[in-house]
Amino acid sequence: MLDVLIIGCGIVGVAAAYELSRYNLKVTAVDRLNDIAGETTRANSGLIHAGFDPEPGTLMARLNVRGSELTRGLCEKLDIHYKQNGAFVVSFDQNDKAILEKLYRNGVENKVQGLEIISGDKAREMEPRLSQDVTYALNVPTAAIISPWDFAVALAETAARNGVNFSLGKDVTQIKAIDGGYSVTTSDGEIQTKAIVNAAGLYADEVHGYLQKPDFKITPSRGQYYLLDKTAGKAVSRTIFQCPNKFGKGIMVTPTVHGNLLIGPSSKNANNPDDAATDFQTLEHVWRVAEKSVTGLNKRENIRNFAGIRAITDIDDFIIREAKKDFYDLAGIKSPGLSAAPAIAEELIRMMEASGHKLSLKENFIDKRRVIRFRYCDAEKRAEIIRKNPTYGRIVCRCESITEGEILEAFNSPIPPTTVDGVKRRCHAGMGRCQGGFCSPRIIELIANHFNKTPQEVLKDREGSYIITGIKGVTK
Amino acid sequence: MTYDVIVIGGGPAGLFSAAAAKGAGAKSVLVLERDKVTGGILNQCIHSGFGLHMFKEELTGPEYAERALEMLTNTGIEIKTDTMVLSINSDKVVTAMNPRDGYMELKANAIVLCMGCRERTAGAIGLAGDRPAGVFTAGAAQRLINVDGYMVGRKICILGSGDIGLIMARRIALEGGTVPAVFELMPYSGGLKRNIAQCLDDYGIPLHLSHTVTAVKGRDRVEGVWVSQVGADLKPIAGTEKLWECDALLLSVGLIPENELSREANAEIDQRTGGPIVYENRETSIPGIFAAGNVVHVHDLVDFASAEALIAGRAAAMFNKSEALKTVDVTAGDGVSYTVPQKIRPSNIEKCDVFFRIRSKYESAVIEIDNDEKIIELKRGHMTPGEMERVSITKAFLENTKSITIRVVEK
Repeated sequence: MLDVLIIGCGIVGVAAAYELSRYNLKVTAVDRLNDIAGETTRANSGLIHAGFDPEPGTLMARLNVRGSELTRGLCEKLDIHYKQNGAFVVSFDQNDKAILEKLYRNGVENKVQGLEIISGDKAREMEPRLSQDVTYALNVPTAAIISPWDFAVALAETAARNGVNFSLGKDVTQIKAIDGGYSVTTSDGEIQTKAIVNAAGLYADEVHGYLQKPDFKITPSRGQYYLLDKTAGKAVSRTIFQCPNKFGKGIMVTPTVHGNLLIGPSSKNANNPDDAATDFQTLEHVWRVAEKSVTGLNKRENIRNFAGIRAITDIDDFIIREAKKDFYDLAGIKSPGLSAAPAIAEELIRMMEASGHKLSLKENFIDKRRVIRFRYCDAEKRAEIIRKNPTYGRIVCRCESITEGEILEAFNSPIPPTTVDGVKRRCHAGMGRCQGGFCSPRIIELIANHFNKTPQEVLKDREGSYIITGIKGVTK
Repeated sequence: MTYDVIVIGGGPAGLFSAAAAKGAGAKSVLVLERDKVTGGILNQCIHSGFGLHMFKEELTGPEYAERALEMLTNTGIEIKTDTMVLSINSDKVVTAMNPRDGYMELKANAIVLCMGCRERTAGAIGLAGDRPAGVFTAGAAQRLINVDGYMVGRKICILGSGDIGLIMARRIALEGGTVPAVFELMPYSGGLKRNIAQCLDDYGIPLHLSHTVTAVKGRDRVEGVWVSQVGADLKPIAGTEKLWECDALLLSVGLIPENELSREANAEIDQRTGGPIVYENRETSIPGIFAAGNVVHVHDLVDFASAEALIAGRAAAMFNKSEALKTVDVTAGDGVSYTVPQKIRPSNIEKCDVFFRIRSKYESAVIEIDNDEKIIELKRGHMTPGEMERVSITKAFLENTKSITIRVVEK
């Protein structure tokens, strides 16, 4: 019998896995998808919020501030790019200014450091591309950007190195209470566990419902984005928010940690959790709103539109609790969920201890991770890496300078990518301006070779996303 | 070691540049190619129609690539394949790498940029809807089918009637797939006339002009595309939307010269062509760095890209140091979207061919070349933006002017 089963391998699930892997526990993490970070974590703004936004006193406020602090340290230890780029929330009129003042007070109460309200002119001095219409800005120096999937991969890999078993492509269909724990039925067999962590994201109400009638409902909300080429990446150095409204934090313009420019998100209910389609009207709206805060945006630099689905609930806070003996909900994790994830995991440990678990720390916990990112190495380092392993001398993704060595290394990692998008999330290949046009055939070949598959079996992403429909001379 | 000439890219422009540089007296010439073989995009263009101008016979793409490579045998030109150039700078230091030689810093007296172009993607055209497997740029699909031997779908719609789109329509038909339709945003095709006849008409594939794909349907694999008619403003007309079932979508929606290296070296870029601004000998704004082929502007035929490479290669071999010479600007006037070259130094030429594209279709028009003193008029019949225009300008015409303008007037 397992000690803990984590359902869901998004950022919340993998942060929980990482935290649990510090202790002498037998832990398995499952996800219905064939990879980690495959849903909300893969498509969001990538912001580590400072914590001025959530209502003081809420879980969201406390865990945001604590989580952001933890994230910084984790990124250092696990070799994840983290950039404290700062943020502005901008106002266009008096009504907005009142909102800035409220956010300022919130922030001070939430113990966010360094906040100040500055004039539009001062803000434009610091961000020259800011619109002339900006009257004031809340300056948030502690806001940061990261790559959400890099972070999730790092946490999951480290958890795996510390003994957590990741079992992907396993859909949970039923949960029954049994003596001393639970019996969980999945699409691939039954699992017995003493405790369950419900980190099922968009499906957290459903998973909760397998055990008891849920007292919350997840409404999937879709956010659409533009991702602009690196040529546009320096339009602003900070994340530029507009004043939040009832739909959320509003449409922002931000550099990404990879050097692109990200614009979005919109906010509209999705038809279902799988509905991540973009639409022309909404994208046009996002663009128009973004142009209000930043000037000179050029749509010709767009390299990708995408949409992410967020788990909004009817409760205006995270749902973090022991819902039933040893059944822990980490649910309704909307923004600032990415920022809060490491703190949510800490909260889980606290709840487990409060519930009577005597947790003992592992002696040989591995807490360091180093990854070769060829594109960021200097000349000397590059020469040395290729000398040691010539596969690093071959560029596979031309736009982003990703080497074959990095992809092969990912195949040998604790949670190897098995799909083209999986490779993209691990190594960044296909993220550039040609969007995989040149490299995806090569990546299909590398996946097929490594996993001994035919090219027809190699998927872009989820089950059913086959790329090749036939091979010359081969009849099936 | 310092090379006389380093050519970046071993496609047709690169190979012709190298041959021309060697022929013009360069002692050491190095070609750097990122693919495992030279020939560039020609390797996947297995149809014929290449070489009529350059080799006076009709060749397939791979045959043309082979002929181009043959020109280099026993010339002492060094070729490094599987080699990626990471950066170049205005001091003409090239940083490159491959698994054999590792990380290299190479110095050149002159550089010829021949990186070609890449395709516009779904993102570039703001294609909405789902993002499933089965959406390919036409060139990527062409490589998968022709080089790797992989089929990319069974029922495949194509957006864009540029030449690659048209050629891929025929290829899919020949490979046993079906093409329900080719859609084109503009009211005319951007492809060569002969390709519409030979690739669509001969196979009964319909071309829907003034239509575009507004959204892709299919969560994991393409299930269909939503197509609308567009108005004169090129925006979808409400109520004309129709779902076309298919399992793949190919995009042939334009090519972009691939100039990341040029930009990094601070070569001045022409926003209209997407390529570096060049002089009559295809020198860029950086002395000693030249450019040729589709990296400068997208050519209609490989023969023309090759011809441009001959100019650039020769000039690169002869590059010594740049002296300030009188320069005449070539301006794209009414009806003309761009010209190449953009600048001419009359002392370097007796005659200079100027290439340009027009903005819209004409049945009967006059090309005017204006040097402020006199206007040369050239009568033309049918002209389309899909086919490059060319005029020849003499030294005498440039002598007393700082700029000339080329425009098109309907007559």
